[in-house]
Amino acid sequence: MTLMGVGVLFTAIGVFTSMSDHHFTTRLLANGLVNSFFFFALGLGALFFLALQYATETGWYASVKRIIEAVAGFLPYGMGLLALTLLVITINDGAHIYGWMDPEVLNPKSHHYDEIIDGKSAYLNKGFFWIRTLVYMGTYYIFLRGFRMRSLAEDKIGGTEIHFTNYRKGAVFLVFFAVFSSTSAWDWLMSIDVHWFSTLYGWYTFAGMWCSAMVVLVLLTLYLKKLGYLPNVNDSHIHDLGKWTFATSFLWSYLWFSQFMLIWYANIGEEVTYYMMRIENFKALYFGMFLINFAFPMLILMSRDAKRHAGILTFVGLIILTGHWLDVYILISAGSLGATAKIGFLEIGMALLVAGFFIRIILHNLTKAPLTPVNHPFLDESIHHEI
Amino acid sequence: MAERVIYAMYDDDDVLKDGAKMLVAKGVKISEVFSPFPIHGIDPIIGIKNTRLGIVAFLFGITGLMLATIGMRFFMVTDWPMNIGGKPNFAYLDNLLAFVPITFEFTVLCAAHGMAITYMLRNKTLPGIPAQNPDPRTTDDKFVMEIRLSENTKYNSDELEKMLRETGLIELDQKDIK
Repeated sequence: MTLMGVGVLFTAIGVFTSMSDHHFTTRLLANGLVNSFFFFALGLGALFFLALQYATETGWYASVKRIIEAVAGFLPYGMGLLALTLLVITINDGAHIYGWMDPEVLNPKSHHYDEIIDGKSAYLNKGFFWIRTLVYMGTYYIFLRGFRMRSLAEDKIGGTEIHFTNYRKGAVFLVFFAVFSSTSAWDWLMSIDVHWFSTLYGWYTFAGMWCSAMVVLVLLTLYLKKLGYLPNVNDSHIHDLGKWTFATSFLWSYLWFSQFMLIWYANIGEEVTYYMMRIENFKALYFGMFLINFAFPMLILMSRDAKRHAGILTFVGLIILTGHWLDVYILISAGSLGATAKIGFLEIGMALLVAGFFIRIILHNLTKAPLTPVNHPFLDESIHHEI
Repeated sequence: MAERVIYAMYDDDDVLKDGAKMLVAKGVKISEVFSPFPIHGIDPIIGIKNTRLGIVAFLFGITGLMLATIGMRFFMVTDWPMNIGGKPNFAYLDNLLAFVPITFEFTVLCAAHGMAITYMLRNKTLPGIPAQNPDPRTTDDKFVMEIRLSENTKYNSDELEKMLRETGLIELDQKDIK
Protein backbone atom coordinates (compact mmCIF):
# COMPACT_ATOMS: atom_id res chain seq x y z
CA MET A 1 0.00 0.00 0.00
CA THR A 2 2.80 2.40 0.90
CA LEU A 3 4.49 1.55 -2.38
CA MET A 4 1.28 2.33 -4.25
CA GLY A 5 0.95 5.62 -2.36
CA VAL A 6 4.50 6.67 -3.17
CA GLY A 7 3.92 5.50 -6.73
CA VAL A 8 0.81 7.67 -7.13
CA LEU A 9 2.67 10.65 -5.68
CA PHE A 10 5.70 10.20 -7.96
CA THR A 11 3.51 9.60 -10.99
CA ALA A 12 1.57 12.79 -10.20
CA ILE A 13 4.79 14.80 -9.89
CA GLY A 14 6.04 13.22 -13.08
CA VAL A 15 2.83 14.00 -14.95
CA PHE A 16 2.79 17.64 -13.86
CA THR A 17 6.44 18.30 -14.56
CA SER A 18 6.47 16.79 -17.99
CA MET A 19 2.93 17.47 -19.16
CA SER A 20 4.00 20.24 -21.51
CA ASP A 21 6.74 18.02 -22.90
CA HIS A 22 6.44 17.35 -26.61
CA HIS A 23 6.74 13.59 -26.23
CA PHE A 24 4.48 13.31 -23.23
CA THR A 25 1.88 10.89 -24.65
CA THR A 26 4.53 8.59 -26.04
CA ARG A 27 6.46 8.69 -22.79
CA LEU A 28 3.39 7.93 -20.71
CA LEU A 29 2.32 5.04 -22.94
CA ALA A 30 5.84 3.66 -23.25
CA ASN A 31 6.01 3.61 -19.47
CA GLY A 32 2.67 1.94 -19.29
CA LEU A 33 3.95 -0.70 -21.69
CA VAL A 34 7.20 -1.16 -19.73
CA ASN A 35 5.46 -1.70 -16.43
CA SER A 36 2.48 -3.68 -17.62
CA PHE A 37 4.74 -5.96 -19.65
CA PHE A 38 7.31 -6.40 -16.87
CA PHE A 39 4.76 -7.39 -14.24
CA PHE A 40 2.70 -9.42 -16.71
CA ALA A 41 5.95 -11.26 -17.50
CA LEU A 42 6.54 -12.00 -13.82
CA GLY A 43 3.18 -13.75 -13.67
CA LEU A 44 3.78 -15.52 -16.97
CA GLY A 45 7.25 -16.63 -15.85
CA ALA A 46 5.74 -18.16 -12.73
CA LEU A 47 3.05 -19.90 -14.80
CA PHE A 48 5.74 -21.29 -17.10
CA PHE A 49 7.76 -22.49 -14.11
CA LEU A 50 4.70 -24.20 -12.66
CA ALA A 51 3.98 -25.94 -15.97
CA LEU A 52 7.62 -26.99 -16.14
CA GLN A 53 7.35 -28.62 -12.71
CA TYR A 54 4.15 -30.41 -13.77
CA ALA A 55 5.62 -31.65 -17.02
CA THR A 56 8.79 -32.94 -15.36
CA GLU A 57 6.90 -34.40 -12.36
CA THR A 58 9.23 -32.63 -9.95
CA GLY A 59 9.00 -33.47 -6.27
CA TRP A 60 10.92 -30.84 -4.34
CA TYR A 61 8.74 -27.89 -5.28
CA ALA A 62 5.55 -29.18 -3.65
CA SER A 63 5.96 -27.09 -0.52
CA VAL A 64 6.52 -23.88 -2.48
CA LYS A 65 3.85 -24.68 -5.09
CA ARG A 66 1.25 -22.29 -3.67
CA ILE A 67 3.75 -19.45 -3.86
CA ILE A 68 4.32 -20.11 -7.55
CA GLU A 69 0.55 -20.24 -8.05
CA ALA A 70 0.08 -16.96 -6.23
CA VAL A 71 2.58 -15.18 -8.47
CA ALA A 72 1.06 -16.80 -11.57
CA GLY A 73 -2.30 -15.60 -10.26
CA PHE A 74 -1.27 -12.04 -11.09
CA LEU A 75 -1.46 -12.98 -14.75
CA PRO A 76 -5.10 -11.95 -15.38
CA TYR A 77 -4.43 -8.51 -13.84
CA GLY A 78 -1.18 -8.21 -15.78
CA MET A 79 -3.04 -9.12 -18.97
CA GLY A 80 -5.65 -6.50 -18.17
CA LEU A 81 -3.00 -3.80 -17.76
CA LEU A 82 -1.15 -4.90 -20.87
CA ALA A 83 -4.32 -5.12 -22.98
CA LEU A 84 -5.42 -1.68 -21.76
CA THR A 85 -2.05 -0.15 -22.66
CA LEU A 86 -2.02 -1.83 -26.06
CA LEU A 87 -5.59 -0.66 -26.68
CA VAL A 88 -4.76 2.98 -25.93
CA ILE A 89 -1.66 2.72 -28.12
CA THR A 90 -3.72 1.20 -30.96
CA ILE A 91 -6.35 3.93 -30.72
CA ASN A 92 -3.54 6.51 -30.94
CA ASP A 93 -2.30 4.84 -34.15
CA GLY A 94 0.80 3.50 -32.48
CA ALA A 95 1.59 6.70 -30.60
CA HIS A 96 5.15 6.64 -32.04
CA ILE A 97 5.71 3.37 -30.15
CA TYR A 98 4.51 0.99 -32.83
CA GLY A 99 5.52 2.88 -35.93
CA TRP A 100 3.77 0.36 -38.19
CA MET A 101 0.35 1.26 -36.73
CA ASP A 102 0.50 4.69 -38.33
CA PRO A 103 -1.62 4.55 -41.55
CA GLU A 104 0.63 7.21 -43.14
CA VAL A 105 3.58 4.83 -43.49
CA LEU A 106 1.49 2.48 -45.64
CA ASN A 107 0.25 5.20 -47.94
CA PRO A 108 2.48 5.27 -51.05
CA LYS A 109 1.55 8.90 -51.73
CA SER A 110 2.55 10.17 -48.31
CA HIS A 111 6.13 11.30 -47.73
CA HIS A 112 6.10 9.09 -44.58
CA TYR A 113 5.67 6.04 -46.82
CA ASP A 114 7.92 3.20 -45.70
CA GLU A 115 8.44 0.37 -48.14
CA ILE A 116 9.91 -1.98 -45.53
CA ILE A 117 6.94 -1.61 -43.19
CA ASP A 118 4.58 -1.99 -46.14
CA GLY A 119 6.28 -5.28 -46.92
CA LYS A 120 5.67 -6.47 -43.38
CA SER A 121 2.07 -5.30 -43.25
CA ALA A 122 0.62 -8.75 -43.92
CA TYR A 123 1.80 -9.74 -40.45
CA LEU A 124 2.03 -6.38 -38.69
CA ASN A 125 -1.42 -4.85 -38.93
CA LYS A 126 -3.82 -3.83 -36.22
CA GLY A 127 -6.35 -6.56 -36.83
CA PHE A 128 -3.97 -9.50 -36.91
CA PHE A 129 -1.98 -7.98 -34.02
CA TRP A 130 -5.08 -8.00 -31.86
CA ILE A 131 -6.11 -11.49 -32.91
CA ARG A 132 -2.67 -12.75 -31.87
CA THR A 133 -2.69 -10.78 -28.62
CA LEU A 134 -6.08 -12.18 -27.68
CA VAL A 135 -5.06 -15.72 -28.61
CA TYR A 136 -1.93 -15.52 -26.44
CA MET A 137 -3.78 -14.10 -23.49
CA GLY A 138 -6.71 -16.46 -23.88
CA THR A 139 -4.45 -19.51 -24.00
CA TYR A 140 -2.46 -18.41 -20.95
CA TYR A 141 -5.64 -17.70 -19.05
CA ILE A 142 -7.27 -21.04 -19.87
CA PHE A 143 -4.20 -22.96 -18.70
CA LEU A 144 -3.80 -20.82 -15.58
CA ARG A 145 -7.43 -21.36 -14.64
CA GLY A 146 -7.15 -25.11 -15.23
CA PHE A 147 -3.97 -25.46 -13.17
CA ARG A 148 -5.44 -23.50 -10.30
CA MET A 149 -8.77 -25.37 -10.32
CA ARG A 150 -7.09 -28.78 -10.35
CA SER A 151 -4.65 -27.68 -7.68
CA LEU A 152 -7.48 -26.72 -5.35
CA ALA A 153 -9.47 -29.84 -6.24
CA GLU A 154 -6.44 -31.97 -5.40
CA ASP A 155 -6.47 -30.57 -1.87
CA LYS A 156 -9.98 -31.93 -1.43
CA ILE A 157 -9.93 -35.18 -3.41
CA GLY A 158 -6.33 -36.37 -3.42
CA GLY A 159 -5.25 -39.37 -5.46
CA THR A 160 -3.01 -39.34 -8.50
CA GLU A 161 -5.52 -38.74 -11.28
CA ILE A 162 -5.26 -34.96 -11.01
CA HIS A 163 -1.50 -35.25 -10.88
CA PHE A 164 -1.41 -37.04 -14.23
CA THR A 165 -3.86 -34.58 -15.79
CA ASN A 166 -1.54 -31.78 -14.67
CA TYR A 167 1.39 -33.66 -16.14
CA ARG A 168 -0.27 -33.81 -19.55
CA LYS A 169 -1.58 -30.24 -19.48
CA GLY A 170 1.78 -28.95 -18.30
CA ALA A 171 3.47 -30.52 -21.31
CA VAL A 172 0.82 -29.12 -23.66
CA PHE A 173 1.23 -25.68 -22.13
CA LEU A 174 4.99 -25.81 -22.74
CA VAL A 175 4.37 -26.51 -26.43
CA PHE A 176 2.09 -23.48 -26.76
CA PHE A 177 4.41 -21.38 -24.64
CA ALA A 178 7.45 -22.26 -26.74
CA VAL A 179 5.79 -20.70 -29.79
CA PHE A 180 3.86 -17.89 -28.11
CA SER A 181 6.72 -16.62 -25.95
CA SER A 182 8.68 -15.98 -29.13
CA THR A 183 5.93 -14.57 -31.29
CA SER A 184 4.46 -12.43 -28.53
CA ALA A 185 7.90 -10.94 -27.93
CA TRP A 186 8.07 -10.06 -31.64
CA ASP A 187 4.61 -8.53 -31.56
CA TRP A 188 4.72 -6.59 -28.33
CA LEU A 189 8.38 -5.63 -28.12
CA MET A 190 10.40 -6.29 -31.25
CA SER A 191 7.91 -4.51 -33.52
CA ILE A 192 8.83 -1.28 -31.70
CA ASP A 193 12.07 -1.28 -33.67
CA VAL A 194 10.11 -2.22 -36.74
CA HIS A 195 12.97 -2.18 -39.28
CA TRP A 196 15.16 -4.39 -37.15
CA PHE A 197 14.84 -8.06 -36.36
CA SER A 198 16.68 -10.73 -34.45
CA THR A 199 15.89 -14.41 -34.26
CA LEU A 200 17.21 -14.59 -30.70
CA TYR A 201 14.86 -11.88 -29.48
CA GLY A 202 12.09 -14.17 -28.25
CA TRP A 203 14.44 -16.33 -26.22
CA TYR A 204 16.14 -13.28 -24.85
CA THR A 205 12.96 -11.73 -23.47
CA PHE A 206 11.83 -15.14 -22.27
CA ALA A 207 15.07 -15.63 -20.33
CA GLY A 208 14.66 -12.22 -18.73
CA MET A 209 11.07 -13.06 -17.83
CA TRP A 210 12.03 -16.39 -16.31
CA CYS A 211 14.92 -14.93 -14.31
CA SER A 212 12.85 -12.11 -12.83
CA ALA A 213 10.04 -14.55 -11.99
CA MET A 214 12.54 -16.75 -10.12
CA VAL A 215 13.79 -13.75 -8.17
CA VAL A 216 10.23 -12.89 -7.16
CA LEU A 217 9.65 -16.49 -6.03
CA VAL A 218 12.83 -16.45 -3.93
CA LEU A 219 11.98 -13.12 -2.32
CA LEU A 220 8.39 -14.13 -1.60
CA THR A 221 9.44 -17.48 -0.13
CA LEU A 222 12.03 -15.82 2.10
CA TYR A 223 9.50 -13.24 3.23
CA LEU A 224 6.82 -15.80 4.09
CA LYS A 225 9.34 -18.07 5.76
CA LYS A 226 10.54 -15.21 7.92
CA LEU A 227 6.96 -14.62 9.02
CA GLY A 228 6.75 -18.31 9.92
CA TYR A 229 4.09 -19.32 7.39
CA LEU A 230 6.18 -22.01 5.72
CA PRO A 231 7.20 -24.66 8.26
CA ASN A 232 7.81 -27.17 5.46
CA VAL A 233 10.28 -25.05 3.54
CA ASN A 234 13.86 -25.73 4.57
CA ASP A 235 17.26 -24.47 3.47
CA SER A 236 17.37 -26.94 0.60
CA HIS A 237 14.26 -25.42 -1.03
CA ILE A 238 15.77 -21.95 -0.71
CA HIS A 239 19.01 -23.32 -2.12
CA ASP A 240 17.15 -24.79 -5.12
CA LEU A 241 15.33 -21.55 -5.83
CA GLY A 242 18.66 -19.74 -5.48
CA LYS A 243 20.19 -22.12 -8.01
CA TRP A 244 17.37 -21.40 -10.45
CA THR A 245 18.02 -17.67 -10.05
CA PHE A 246 21.72 -18.24 -10.66
CA ALA A 247 21.12 -20.47 -13.67
CA THR A 248 18.49 -18.26 -15.33
CA SER A 249 20.72 -15.21 -14.84
CA PHE A 250 23.33 -17.05 -16.83
CA LEU A 251 20.81 -18.09 -19.47
CA TRP A 252 19.86 -14.44 -19.88
CA SER A 253 23.46 -13.25 -20.01
CA TYR A 254 24.32 -15.97 -22.49
CA LEU A 255 21.50 -14.96 -24.83
CA TRP A 256 22.27 -11.26 -24.43
CA PHE A 257 25.86 -11.91 -25.35
CA SER A 258 25.01 -14.24 -28.24
CA GLN A 259 22.74 -11.66 -29.82
CA PHE A 260 25.19 -8.85 -29.23
CA MET A 261 28.30 -10.67 -30.40
CA LEU A 262 26.79 -12.03 -33.62
CA ILE A 263 25.50 -8.63 -34.64
CA TRP A 264 28.77 -6.97 -33.66
CA TYR A 265 30.83 -9.48 -35.63
CA ALA A 266 28.72 -9.46 -38.79
CA ASN A 267 28.53 -5.65 -38.69
CA ILE A 268 25.61 -5.34 -41.13
CA GLY A 269 24.15 -1.87 -41.29
CA GLU A 270 20.51 -2.81 -40.86
CA GLU A 271 21.30 -4.91 -37.78
CA VAL A 272 23.79 -2.78 -35.90
CA THR A 273 21.54 0.29 -35.82
CA TYR A 274 19.69 -1.27 -32.91
CA TYR A 275 22.82 -1.40 -30.78
CA MET A 276 24.36 1.81 -32.12
CA MET A 277 21.33 3.74 -30.95
CA ARG A 278 21.39 2.15 -27.50
CA ILE A 279 25.11 2.48 -27.00
CA GLU A 280 25.23 6.09 -28.18
CA ASN A 281 22.37 7.25 -26.00
CA PHE A 282 22.32 4.89 -23.05
CA LYS A 283 25.87 3.63 -22.77
CA ALA A 284 26.06 3.62 -18.98
CA LEU A 285 22.52 2.30 -18.54
CA TYR A 286 22.82 -0.38 -21.20
CA PHE A 287 26.13 -1.91 -20.15
CA GLY A 288 25.44 -1.16 -16.50
CA MET A 289 22.22 -3.19 -16.81
CA PHE A 290 24.16 -6.09 -18.33
CA LEU A 291 26.80 -5.95 -15.60
CA ILE A 292 24.17 -5.90 -12.86
CA ASN A 293 22.28 -8.84 -14.29
CA PHE A 294 25.39 -10.87 -15.02
CA ALA A 295 28.12 -9.99 -12.54
CA PHE A 296 26.05 -9.77 -9.37
CA PRO A 297 24.52 -13.23 -9.54
CA MET A 298 27.77 -14.72 -10.84
CA LEU A 299 30.11 -13.36 -8.21
CA ILE A 300 27.80 -13.36 -5.22
CA LEU A 301 25.57 -16.38 -5.75
CA MET A 302 28.29 -18.77 -6.83
CA SER A 303 28.96 -20.37 -3.47
CA ARG A 304 26.63 -22.83 -1.81
CA ASP A 305 26.43 -20.84 1.41
CA ALA A 306 25.36 -17.67 -0.38
CA LYS A 307 22.40 -19.47 -1.97
CA ARG A 308 21.23 -20.47 1.50
CA HIS A 309 21.69 -17.08 3.12
CA ALA A 310 18.46 -15.07 3.26
CA GLY A 311 20.18 -11.68 3.49
CA ILE A 312 22.48 -12.22 0.51
CA LEU A 313 19.67 -13.67 -1.60
CA THR A 314 17.39 -10.75 -0.83
CA PHE A 315 20.12 -8.23 -1.62
CA VAL A 316 21.10 -9.82 -4.93
CA GLY A 317 17.45 -10.53 -5.78
CA LEU A 318 16.36 -6.91 -5.39
CA ILE A 319 19.31 -5.70 -7.45
CA ILE A 320 18.79 -8.08 -10.35
CA LEU A 321 15.05 -7.46 -10.30
CA THR A 322 15.84 -3.77 -10.82
CA GLY A 323 18.32 -4.81 -13.48
CA HIS A 324 15.68 -6.71 -15.40
CA TRP A 325 13.24 -3.84 -15.11
CA LEU A 326 15.93 -1.63 -16.65
CA ASP A 327 16.34 -4.24 -19.39
CA VAL A 328 12.64 -4.06 -20.30
CA TYR A 329 12.79 -0.27 -19.98
CA ILE A 330 15.62 -0.04 -22.51
CA LEU A 331 13.95 -2.59 -24.82
CA ILE A 332 10.84 -0.43 -25.01
CA SER A 333 11.76 3.18 -24.27
CA ALA A 334 14.96 3.32 -26.29
CA GLY A 335 13.03 2.06 -29.29
CA SER A 336 10.04 4.34 -28.90
CA LEU A 337 11.44 7.55 -27.43
CA GLY A 338 14.96 7.29 -28.78
CA ALA A 339 17.47 9.74 -27.39
CA THR A 340 14.86 11.62 -25.37
CA ALA A 341 14.10 8.68 -23.06
CA LYS A 342 15.14 9.33 -19.49
CA ILE A 343 14.26 7.96 -16.10
CA GLY A 344 12.44 10.53 -14.03
CA PHE A 345 9.65 10.74 -11.49
CA LEU A 346 7.17 9.39 -14.00
CA GLU A 347 9.12 6.19 -14.68
CA ILE A 348 9.90 5.42 -11.02
CA GLY A 349 6.42 6.41 -9.91
CA MET A 350 4.61 4.17 -12.39
CA ALA A 351 6.93 1.26 -11.62
CA LEU A 352 6.27 1.61 -7.88
CA LEU A 353 2.54 1.95 -8.49
CA VAL A 354 2.33 -1.28 -10.46
CA ALA A 355 4.77 -3.01 -8.08
CA GLY A 356 2.52 -2.11 -5.16
CA PHE A 357 -0.50 -3.42 -7.03
CA PHE A 358 1.41 -6.60 -7.93
CA ILE A 359 2.44 -7.27 -4.32
CA ARG A 360 -1.07 -6.58 -3.09
CA ILE A 361 -2.57 -9.06 -5.59
CA ILE A 362 -0.12 -11.87 -4.90
CA LEU A 363 -0.42 -11.51 -1.12
CA HIS A 364 -4.18 -11.59 -1.59
CA ASN A 365 -3.86 -14.70 -3.77
CA LEU A 366 -1.81 -16.38 -1.03
CA THR A 367 -4.65 -16.00 1.44
CA LYS A 368 -7.07 -17.86 -0.86
CA ALA A 369 -5.66 -21.36 -0.39
CA PRO A 370 -3.71 -23.31 2.25
CA LEU A 371 0.01 -22.69 1.83
CA THR A 372 0.73 -26.41 1.87
CA PRO A 373 -0.94 -28.47 -0.87
CA VAL A 374 -2.01 -31.23 1.51
CA ASN A 375 -2.73 -33.93 -1.06
CA HIS A 376 0.11 -33.32 -3.46
CA PRO A 377 1.55 -36.75 -4.30
CA PHE A 378 5.13 -35.53 -3.81
CA LEU A 379 4.51 -33.55 -0.64
CA ASP A 380 6.31 -36.07 1.54
CA GLU A 381 9.33 -36.01 -0.72
CA SER A 382 9.33 -32.25 -0.65
CA ILE A 383 9.14 -32.05 3.15
CA HIS A 384 12.18 -34.29 3.43
CA HIS A 385 13.96 -32.53 0.62
CA GLU A 386 17.68 -32.39 1.36
CA ILE A 387 20.57 -31.56 -0.92
CA MET B 1 52.21 -51.73 10.85
CA ALA B 2 49.36 -54.12 10.36
CA GLU B 3 45.97 -52.94 11.35
CA ARG B 4 42.90 -54.96 12.26
CA VAL B 5 39.83 -54.04 10.23
CA ILE B 6 36.25 -55.28 10.37
CA TYR B 7 34.21 -55.43 7.19
CA ALA B 8 30.45 -55.70 7.52
CA MET B 9 28.52 -56.42 4.34
CA TYR B 10 24.89 -55.42 3.70
CA ASP B 11 22.57 -55.96 0.78
CA ASP B 12 20.46 -52.84 1.33
CA ASP B 13 21.67 -49.27 1.64
CA ASP B 14 18.87 -48.28 4.03
CA VAL B 15 19.79 -51.12 6.42
CA LEU B 16 23.39 -49.97 6.30
CA LYS B 17 22.36 -46.39 6.96
CA ASP B 18 20.23 -47.32 9.97
CA GLY B 19 23.03 -49.55 11.28
CA ALA B 20 25.58 -46.76 10.85
CA LYS B 21 23.32 -44.38 12.73
CA MET B 22 23.03 -46.83 15.63
CA LEU B 23 26.76 -47.49 15.78
CA VAL B 24 27.71 -43.83 15.58
CA ALA B 25 25.26 -43.12 18.40
CA LYS B 26 27.23 -45.57 20.54
CA GLY B 27 30.48 -43.79 19.73
CA VAL B 28 31.82 -46.13 17.06
CA LYS B 29 33.93 -44.47 14.38
CA ILE B 30 33.15 -45.80 10.90
CA SER B 31 36.13 -45.13 8.70
CA GLU B 32 34.63 -45.86 5.28
CA VAL B 33 31.60 -47.17 3.41
CA PHE B 34 31.99 -48.88 0.02
CA SER B 35 28.96 -48.73 -2.23
CA PRO B 36 28.15 -49.18 -5.92
CA PHE B 37 26.36 -45.81 -5.94
CA PRO B 38 26.29 -42.69 -3.75
CA ILE B 39 24.10 -43.34 -0.70
CA HIS B 40 22.02 -40.25 -0.10
CA GLY B 41 22.58 -38.82 3.36
CA ILE B 42 25.40 -41.14 4.48
CA ASP B 43 28.03 -38.37 4.63
CA PRO B 44 26.79 -36.56 7.74
CA ILE B 45 26.11 -39.88 9.52
CA ILE B 46 29.63 -41.25 9.29
CA GLY B 47 31.11 -37.79 9.65
CA ILE B 48 32.58 -37.09 6.21
CA LYS B 49 33.41 -33.43 5.73
CA ASN B 50 31.91 -31.39 2.89
CA THR B 51 33.88 -31.72 -0.30
CA ARG B 52 36.35 -29.01 -1.23
CA LEU B 53 36.15 -29.93 -4.91
CA GLY B 54 34.13 -26.75 -5.62
CA ILE B 55 37.03 -24.57 -4.47
CA VAL B 56 39.45 -26.55 -6.63
CA ALA B 57 37.09 -26.15 -9.59
CA PHE B 58 37.01 -22.40 -9.06
CA LEU B 59 40.82 -22.21 -8.92
CA PHE B 60 41.18 -24.28 -12.08
CA GLY B 61 38.57 -22.09 -13.77
CA ILE B 62 40.45 -18.91 -12.85
CA THR B 63 43.67 -20.48 -14.12
CA GLY B 64 42.01 -21.33 -17.43
CA LEU B 65 40.58 -17.83 -17.72
CA MET B 66 43.99 -16.25 -17.20
CA LEU B 67 45.83 -18.66 -19.48
CA ALA B 68 43.32 -18.03 -22.28
CA THR B 69 43.53 -14.27 -21.87
CA ILE B 70 47.32 -14.17 -21.74
CA GLY B 71 47.62 -16.64 -24.60
CA MET B 72 45.21 -14.89 -26.93
CA ARG B 73 46.62 -11.49 -26.15
CA PHE B 74 50.06 -12.74 -27.14
CA PHE B 75 49.02 -14.74 -30.23
CA MET B 76 46.46 -12.34 -31.66
CA VAL B 77 47.67 -8.90 -30.58
CA THR B 78 51.31 -8.73 -29.48
CA ASP B 79 53.06 -11.35 -31.56
CA TRP B 80 51.16 -11.15 -34.84
CA PRO B 81 48.22 -8.74 -34.95
CA MET B 82 45.51 -10.44 -36.95
CA ASN B 83 42.83 -8.74 -38.99
CA ILE B 84 39.73 -10.92 -39.07
CA GLY B 85 36.55 -9.73 -40.75
CA GLY B 86 37.79 -6.15 -41.00
CA LYS B 87 38.45 -5.94 -37.29
CA PRO B 88 42.18 -5.46 -36.79
CA ASN B 89 43.51 -6.40 -33.38
CA PHE B 90 45.23 -3.23 -32.21
CA ALA B 91 44.34 -3.77 -28.58
CA TYR B 92 42.84 -6.65 -26.67
CA LEU B 93 39.98 -4.55 -25.31
CA ASP B 94 38.87 -3.41 -28.77
CA ASN B 95 38.01 -6.92 -29.83
CA LEU B 96 37.22 -8.30 -26.40
CA LEU B 97 33.92 -9.70 -27.66
CA ALA B 98 35.64 -11.98 -30.13
CA PHE B 99 37.80 -13.43 -27.37
CA VAL B 100 34.99 -14.10 -24.92
CA PRO B 101 33.76 -17.45 -26.34
CA ILE B 102 37.25 -18.95 -26.38
CA THR B 103 38.00 -17.66 -22.90
CA PHE B 104 34.76 -19.23 -21.71
CA GLU B 105 35.45 -22.57 -23.36
CA PHE B 106 38.99 -22.72 -22.04
CA THR B 107 37.78 -21.88 -18.53
CA VAL B 108 35.30 -24.75 -18.71
CA LEU B 109 37.90 -27.11 -20.17
CA CYS B 110 40.42 -26.37 -17.41
CA ALA B 111 37.83 -26.51 -14.63
CA ALA B 112 36.31 -29.79 -15.84
CA HIS B 113 39.56 -31.64 -16.52
CA GLY B 114 41.24 -30.25 -13.43
CA MET B 115 38.28 -31.33 -11.31
CA ALA B 116 38.13 -34.83 -12.76
CA ILE B 117 41.88 -35.41 -12.41
CA THR B 118 41.97 -33.98 -8.87
CA TYR B 119 39.05 -36.18 -7.92
CA MET B 120 40.69 -39.34 -9.24
CA LEU B 121 44.07 -38.47 -7.70
CA ARG B 122 42.55 -37.79 -4.32
CA ASN B 123 40.54 -41.02 -4.38
CA LYS B 124 43.47 -42.99 -5.82
CA THR B 125 41.30 -44.18 -8.69
CA LEU B 126 43.45 -43.09 -11.60
CA PRO B 127 43.73 -45.75 -14.30
CA GLY B 128 46.40 -48.27 -13.29
CA ILE B 129 46.17 -47.74 -9.55
CA PRO B 130 45.10 -50.98 -7.84
CA ALA B 131 41.54 -51.01 -6.52
CA GLN B 132 41.08 -50.22 -2.85
CA ASN B 133 37.70 -51.72 -2.15
CA PRO B 134 37.71 -54.84 0.02
CA ASP B 135 35.29 -56.90 -2.04
CA PRO B 136 34.52 -56.74 -5.76
CA ARG B 137 30.82 -57.23 -4.98
CA THR B 138 30.67 -53.61 -3.73
CA THR B 139 30.80 -52.57 -7.37
CA ASP B 140 27.67 -54.63 -8.07
CA ASP B 141 24.88 -54.80 -5.50
CA LYS B 142 26.50 -55.06 -2.04
CA PHE B 143 27.48 -52.45 0.52
CA VAL B 144 30.43 -52.71 2.89
CA MET B 145 31.12 -50.77 6.06
CA GLU B 146 34.70 -50.56 7.26
CA ILE B 147 35.60 -50.17 10.94
CA ARG B 148 39.19 -49.89 12.13
CA LEU B 149 40.04 -51.18 15.56
CA SER B 150 42.78 -48.56 16.04
CA GLU B 151 40.14 -45.85 15.73
CA ASN B 152 37.82 -47.52 18.22
CA THR B 153 39.88 -48.05 21.35
CA LYS B 154 36.73 -47.89 23.45
CA TYR B 155 35.59 -51.35 22.25
CA ASN B 156 37.43 -54.59 21.53
CA SER B 157 36.76 -56.60 18.40
CA ASP B 158 34.23 -58.97 20.02
CA GLU B 159 32.12 -56.10 21.30
CA LEU B 160 32.21 -54.45 17.90
CA GLU B 161 31.20 -57.67 16.18
CA LYS B 162 28.34 -58.13 18.60
CA MET B 163 27.06 -54.66 17.90
CA LEU B 164 27.43 -55.14 14.16
CA ARG B 165 25.47 -58.40 14.24
CA GLU B 166 22.47 -56.47 15.56
CA THR B 167 22.38 -54.21 12.47
CA GLY B 168 21.08 -56.73 9.94
CA LEU B 169 24.29 -57.43 8.04
CA ILE B 170 24.70 -60.43 5.76
CA GLU B 171 28.45 -61.13 6.08
CA LEU B 172 31.15 -60.25 8.56
CA ASP B 173 34.88 -60.41 7.97
CA GLN B 174 38.07 -59.41 9.80
CA LYS B 175 41.34 -58.67 8.07
CA ASP B 176 44.77 -57.32 8.73
CA ILE B 177 45.73 -54.57 6.36
CA LYS B 178 48.87 -52.56 5.98
